[in-house]
Amino acid sequence: MSDGPVIAMTAIEKSYVTGEVLFHALRGVDLTIHHGEFVAIGGPSGSGKSTLMNLLGCLDRPSKGRYLLAGHDVSDLDADARAFARNRLIGFVFQGFNLLARTSALENVELPLAYRGTPSRERRRRAAQALARVGLGDKLNNTPAQLSGGQQQRVAIARALVTEPRILLADEPTGNLDTATTEEVLELLQNLHREQGLTIIMVTHEADVAACAHRAVTVRDGKIVRDDKLPSPRQAGALREVG
Amino acid sequence: MWLMALRLAVLSLSRNKLRAGLTVLGILIGVAAVVAMTALGEGARGTIEGQLGALGVNLLWVWPGSNTSSGARGEVGSAAALNEDDAQAIARELGTIQATAPILGASAQVVVGSRNVATRAVGSTTDYVRVRSWGLQRGRYFTEADVRTAAKVCLLGETVRQALFGRADPVGETVRIGRVPCTVIGLLAVKGQGSFGQDYDDTVLMPITTLRARIRRASGRDVDQIMVSARDAAVMQRAQQQVIALMRQRHRIGAGEENDFIVRNLQDIQSTFEKTRSTLSTLLLSIAFIALLVGGIGVMNIMLVSVTERTREIGIRLAVGAQARDILAQFLVEAVVLSGVGGVTGLALGVGAGYGLGKAMDWAVRFSPTAAVVALGTSSGIGVVFGYFPARRAAQLDPITALRHE
Repeated sequence: MSDGPVIAMTAIEKSYVTGEVLFHALRGVDLTIHHGEFVAIGGPSGSGKSTLMNLLGCLDRPSKGRYLLAGHDVSDLDADARAFARNRLIGFVFQGFNLLARTSALENVELPLAYRGTPSRERRRRAAQALARVGLGDKLNNTPAQLSGGQQQRVAIARALVTEPRILLADEPTGNLDTATTEEVLELLQNLHREQGLTIIMVTHEADVAACAHRAVTVRDGKIVRDDKLPSPRQAGALREVG
Repeated sequence: MWLMALRLAVLSLSRNKLRAGLTVLGILIGVAAVVAMTALGEGARGTIEGQLGALGVNLLWVWPGSNTSSGARGEVGSAAALNEDDAQAIARELGTIQATAPILGASAQVVVGSRNVATRAVGSTTDYVRVRSWGLQRGRYFTEADVRTAAKVCLLGETVRQALFGRADPVGETVRIGRVPCTVIGLLAVKGQGSFGQDYDDTVLMPITTLRARIRRASGRDVDQIMVSARDAAVMQRAQQQVIALMRQRHRIGAGEENDFIVRNLQDIQSTFEKTRSTLSTLLLSIAFIALLVGGIGVMNIMLVSVTERTREIGIRLAVGAQARDILAQFLVEAVVLSGVGGVTGLALGVGAGYGLGKAMDWAVRFSPTAAVVALGTSSGIGVVFGYFPARRAAQLDPITALRHE
């Protein structure tokens, strides 16, 4: 199963009814992503990249088409089954961090494991480990309010990693961060990709950010219009001195 | 899942202590009201049962009935009077009857030296003590001769004795009842509190003739009521029918005409009183339940607010893999904890209030474990019922919308 692609989307369509108008957000998307890839998905706003992201993350289901996630057909799962798939296969990183307020970093990272029924001792151990991986081993008991934006995003990344997901889905992960912190987070993602072979899919509309990936997919008007291999991705952190 | 939900509920509620406290207050008041009302209601019933039971089950009362001759029903006692001959006839002619006591009453001021007390003077015949099976602490009853001669003698109830003589022996002393000096010949045994809250011991007993002639300054043989004791409880039904038949005959009431007297037995009195009591406690209990309902709506309201406020949190939980039932459990448990806490504290407050009220008002209270269980069950039930709708709303949120919620 690990030989096949992690993601195989064929002829995916997604339409919404807004008011009385049928809106086609995605009009036939084919996308294959293999294990260990670092893919940036770009495109202008309204292009359908957020919709694509929601479908990739099993937050929503396609109107038409077939989506195989790690070999499992997830095109037609109900809400609970999608929740299960998210919990087992996907790690999310959001633009707005989306950490639970007034909850320690450790407990935030434990959250996905809690919904898996992992015993609390094991949960704590793995959460602490994940936080150490993102360089926050000394901030276990800080709440989001006591952490900087970059640190909060690292907690979110730790939360995504703690379940050992098949893919890490990052939706504008640097959208709320200043340049220096952006570089810091990108560097972390690149390290995770390089050193641990993590499959990363990152939605971004910034060329700078997209340039850190190894493959850039561009969405426009609900279709993939470009899909380029980036032979020499920009090394994040280089800008740090400048910024 | 439930353990986690419980932990989350406690955590979430402790973050909003004031709000949680106010919501709990609604349930608390409802449960406290239910518990206190039930305790008072049960206490009242216990008192009635106990005291009427102690009085004896084989007693009948005969009162003058209401006068309906003018079309409008008059008050009880407006009809033809009962007299001593009725009492004697019942005792003499009916085999089911053990004894009868004609009774006259009067309010009386009893004075001795500088002390005085207002009490109820009861005049009867020598059979009174048999009918009421009322013993003596000291002294003797009055005799037939005392009744015949309207002797100025009396027996004191314990309450009257304490008011006038303290702990001293009153027998042989002279007290003034109204304007009549009477010799105290006996001290009645302690009888305690009556079914309607009256004090049986707050009384002075004297020959019926003395009370009629000297206190009421009346003549004739009329009496206020007749107390009848049947031979035993088994013949009560028959005794009551016989008394009615005999009284109709004596009062020359034709077939189809209404009685001009009323015969009641203890069960009748008890059931009348019980009916009043149960109406009253039903009323109080429904008010208490309404309070509980309002409290429940408060829980629902606050849970809806909480769900809206925490939409983003719900989105995060859903995104990382919480299933609908996890979210449902989280909010349902929170509602149940909220109302459960209200239930437990309400139970404590209700017990306290019932006890305090009973003490202050001198009412009997009786706490039943059933009421406590029902109150706790109801409050938790309210949590489930009123928490379900908000919880379901939370569980059905779409993760994408929830995550976008600001």
